[in-house]
This record gives sequence, structure tokens and C-alpha cells, in this order.
Amino acid sequence: MSAQHADALLTYVLRHGDRALVLAQRLLEVVTHAPEIEEDMALSNLALDLIGQARTLYTYAGEIEGAGHGEDHFAYWRDAHEFLNPLLVEQPNGDFAHVIVRQFLHDAYAVALWRAMTRSTDATLAALAGKAVKETTYHLRHSAGWVMRLGDGTDESRRRTLVAVDDLWRFTGELFEADEVEHELVASGVAPDPESLRAEWRSTVASTFAEASVDVPADGVMQTGGRTGRHTEAFSYLIGELQVVARAHPGATW
Amino acid sequence: MSGADWPMWEVFVRARRGVSHVHAGTVHAPDAEIALQHARDLFTRRAEGVSIWVVPSEHVTASNPDDRESLFDPALDKTFRHPTDYELPDDVAHM
Repeated sequence: MSAQHADALLTYVLRHGDRALVLAQRLLEVVTHAPEIEEDMALSNLALDLIGQARTLYTYAGEIEGAGHGEDHFAYWRDAHEFLNPLLVEQPNGDFAHVIVRQFLHDAYAVALWRAMTRSTDATLAALAGKAVKETTYHLRHSAGWVMRLGDGTDESRRRTLVAVDDLWRFTGELFEADEVEHELVASGVAPDPESLRAEWRSTVASTFAEASVDVPADGVMQTGGRTGRHTEAFSYLIGELQVVARAHPGATW
Repeated sequence: MSGADWPMWEVFVRARRGVSHVHAGTVHAPDAEIALQHARDLFTRRAEGVSIWVVPSEHVTASNPDDRESLFDPALDKTFRHPTDYELPDDVAHM
């Protein structure tokens, strides 16, 4: 593996590991605040799947990096600007509609990503994709189901859903960005072309929004930067909470 | 948002092919599809099942505990209804 390829692969693996971990952290903030204890369980189940995906990716990142770092290093010992997740997944929870719409916009992307990734020339990513595509298909069923119910539910649930879509749409463009990292990995067959995922994502969004009687927004200015470490304001609090125990008790085991 | 008025659903899980669905518990959910998802999340998280049924609890008709003696005690002395005198072939499963 050339140094350039290894650098690209490390960045790519961290981008997706961070996407999974940060979304899981946001979901776990909801626990005890969902409408029913059953929904607390449902959302924490999604989070546990995402943490499992992040762990596999961080372990792989440590192997690629070759500096002896394990999964905990990437989760707990990097600072906020070193996290490379897209901005969508770090957006604050707000109300249940925001939690669900954020999850849905992500899951529609993640299903397309993992399905394509099963054909990766990278054996580790292909194997993870085989597991993740099953998990994520369920996540999408749950989040899309709720989008339909909230969007086409009461006046209040519909109003909140429309606000959430309006708030979060500006973060969807970043999911399909490609820089030299993606270009390198697409060329070698490791990663799917982000642009090729957009059509499947749009189709999922369009059909679910149609069921929910929600118009697909026009693409305006898209806010980006998370994938290069430039995050939104609330991110430092999320990372602080995620890391506080590990940093207060370095090396602790249980 | 409160889920206080979500109806209750009875959950039945089949552990593996060839055996019956067995009552596992209850969930709250606004409709059947979400009930199925909640049942999956609560009752099959440790790989307990391969199939789930959910049924609205209000559709279950239960026997009255006060009728227990008249309903069930008459069966107690009819041991001839048990197949205890038959030898079961070794390859009969799930008995």
C-alpha cells in the first residue's frame, strides 16, 4: 500500500467511524427522553449498532496508521477538530421530529453506502458492510416509518417535522462530497463514488416524504466542513461529554 | 410528546423453525408496524427469535380467574387423556 493510499484510507475510515460514533452519542442523549420507554430502547439499539460499526472502523484505522493506537484512542483522545464526521450527525437533538428526521436523512444515505461497500476491494470494509447493511436497513425502516407517521400525523407533529426538515436539509449535501481522499479510493475500488449514492438517497427520501406528505426541499446553500474537522458550535459539548470519563481516568479498565 | 395513550400489544416470539410462537410480553406502540419494531428491539435483542407476532391486547379475551375451578379442575382426574402409556420414538422432536 502506498503512503498516499494509506493516508487516504485512514482519513476515509475515520470519517465513517466518526459519523457512526457521533450519531450514536446524539442518540444516547435521547435515552429517557423518548415518547415511551419502548422508543428509548429502539433508539439506543440503533446507537449500539452504530457504536459497533465505529469500533470496527477505529480498530482498522489503528492498523492502517500503524502507530499502536486502539479504538479507544480514536474515540477518546482526539480533540474536536480531529473528528471528521459530516455535520448532519452532530446536529443537536431538539425535539423528537429532529431526532427522527436527522436519523432518516442519515439512514437513507447509510443504506446506499453500505450496500455499495459490500463490493469494496478492501476486504475489511466489505466484511463490515455485509454486517452493517443489515443493521442499517432496519434503522431506515424505523426512521422512515416515523417520518411518515409524524409528517402525516397530527397538525403539531407535521409542523415539527417540516421545521426539522427545513433545519437539517442544509447538512445533506456534505454526505456526497468528494475530495482527494474519495477520488483516490474510488479509483482503486475501495469506496463507492459518493455521487453514485446520491440518486438512491434521493429516491428513498422522495418516496418516504411523499408518504409523509412532505415536499422535498430545493437544494440551497449546503453547510459543510465536518469532514475536514470544521464543526458546528454544539460539537465541542458533545465531544466533552463523550470523553470526560476516559480523560478523568486515563487507562481505567473494568 | 407523550406516549401515555399508546395502546398495548401482546408479543409472541417463535424461537426457531418448527416450534410455536410463545407469549413473550407486551409493548406500547401507536400502531402495528411500530409495535413489531418495538417487539423486535425488546424481545429479540439476544437472538431469541426468528419470527414475531403482535396482537392488540384489547383483542385478547381472557378467562375469568373466578371460573378456574369449573374450567380446569374437571380435567385433573382424567389421567387417561395423557399419552403416558405410549412409548415415544426417539426421533420425535418437540414433545
